[in-house]
Amino acid sequence: MDDLYRDYILDHYKRPHNFGELDPHDLEGLEHNPLCGDELGVHIRVKDGRIEDLRFHGHGCAISQASASIASEELIGMELGEVGALDADWMIELLGISVSATRRKCALLNLKVVRGAVTGDHAWPA
Amino acid sequence: MPPAARASTLPATITDASAGPSSLGVRDDFPIFARKFAGRPLIYLDSGATSQKPTVVIDALAEHLRAHNANVHRGVYALAQEADAAYDGARRRVAAFVGAQPQTTIFTKNVTEAINLVAYAWGRGRAGDGGNGRTEKHAGPRHADPRARANIGPGDAVLITQLEHHANIVPWQVLCRERGATLRYLEIDARGELSLEQLDAELARGDVRLVAFSHVSNVLGTIVPVAEMTARIRAAGAVSLVDGAQAVPHMPVDVGAIDADFYAWTGHKALGPTGIGVLHGRTEILEQMEPFMTGGDMISSVDFQSATWNELPYKFEAGTPPIAQAAGLGVAVDYLSGLGMDRVRAHEQALTAYMIERLAEVPGLRVVGPPEAERRGGLASFTIEGIHAHDIAELADRGGVCIRAGHHCAQPLMRCLGVGATARASVGVYNEPSDIDALVDALLAGREVFGL
Repeated sequence: MDDLYRDYILDHYKRPHNFGELDPHDLEGLEHNPLCGDELGVHIRVKDGRIEDLRFHGHGCAISQASASIASEELIGMELGEVGALDADWMIELLGISVSATRRKCALLNLKVVRGAVTGDHAWPA
Repeated sequence: MPPAARASTLPATITDASAGPSSLGVRDDFPIFARKFAGRPLIYLDSGATSQKPTVVIDALAEHLRAHNANVHRGVYALAQEADAAYDGARRRVAAFVGAQPQTTIFTKNVTEAINLVAYAWGRGRAGDGGNGRTEKHAGPRHADPRARANIGPGDAVLITQLEHHANIVPWQVLCRERGATLRYLEIDARGELSLEQLDAELARGDVRLVAFSHVSNVLGTIVPVAEMTARIRAAGAVSLVDGAQAVPHMPVDVGAIDADFYAWTGHKALGPTGIGVLHGRTEILEQMEPFMTGGDMISSVDFQSATWNELPYKFEAGTPPIAQAAGLGVAVDYLSGLGMDRVRAHEQALTAYMIERLAEVPGLRVVGPPEAERRGGLASFTIEGIHAHDIAELADRGGVCIRAGHHCAQPLMRCLGVGATARASVGVYNEPSDIDALVDALLAGREVFGL
């Protein structure tokens, strides 16, 4: 079995969950990966201080698309206050594969865009 | 064995550029290919990013530092004279390699600095600049007349092309924004080629002051008709700058015949070390320019309030220059001359034709740029349906094959192509048909990983 391109990673890449647009939405963000030019945007609908619904859009590699898809399942329903505390370890653990240093930003792009939309912090998750 | 002697002993496997697979038989000259990566040999198809270095260049760098190291242009002792000879000797060899004059061959840090030199020293200058004039013969600074016409001012235009990489885009964006000028682009057609008719139409508008363009596109491989373009640009009274970073290492280039106002390239893509680039300029225009950076080596004399500039080319080389790197680049161009740039071009063209032919065997693969190898440099950028470029490069690496993926520092071009990223395989003198075979094998295996 491939260490990086596991079946579930490729499934999420080919059929990503919660991709598309969400209108109307309350929060939005758009971030780029300067390494490869990939871009990922997010639309978030908020209700009672929680992420009621969320959609990613954009283009990227298998790792960035699968990360966004997998993370979306966890993010929907999450309290906004929890989003700022999500870090790189949370995302990498959720992804469930070992990511090399050069592909790390691919995996973290979705968290960067969501944190940017919710908290205004546009730094790469550490 | 010196490179010149070596070339005559090389197997003459290429006689015709269309003859297919080709090898110059020089891989053993490059010690990095003795390395193994996870037990596999290095298959390097990323020479468009940087070239590998032959032993003679590595030895020249070390030998300079070991035996001839001193600062240049200010020592009277014998060792310093050796350093001078190494540095200025390298300049003569580098200039001769491309048919340029040493006096108008300026060493920079890289091609990006060469382009920025022009964007600052010419782009921010005025007609009739030159500071204190051409040489120390002029007494004291003759500061530019503030009423003289700015080289780039409000209402002027800078023309570049959709082929450019960021180093030949952003300096002009910044200049135009600062000067209230307009930045316009020559467009590429579906084949990735420029149109001389569009150039004529743009020049006819009468506002174009400078046209900057690549000799060979680093993404599409397109070979641009540089001499035709520079002649038209000169006739229209505009200044031309050619970025030859992807041309000089791969084909015969005659800077004199191209007759651009500025021609820039870089050492590390031409088998030389990093840290040294080259800018060739026309004497008249270089003499009229103020310096780019100021400080040691570009000074003739310094008073409490003013200074006079050194003669060409030193006026544009502030501070201690890249001496060892120059020595290395001098040997690199001698090595290339020993191979013969006609042979290098024939080899790379044959290899590129073979690459394009073999890549077509990969289902869903699309090569961008001119389809004919004779119209492109030694590279192919491509996409594969269902696999992102980053994943293509990762999958190629599993077969030990080094290719690049991403926007290749050319995001506007990526937008023109309608892709976010491409994978790019680029060849050099040391590549052989088996490298292309390994790439194709790795891509086919990669498709299986992705269940395609």
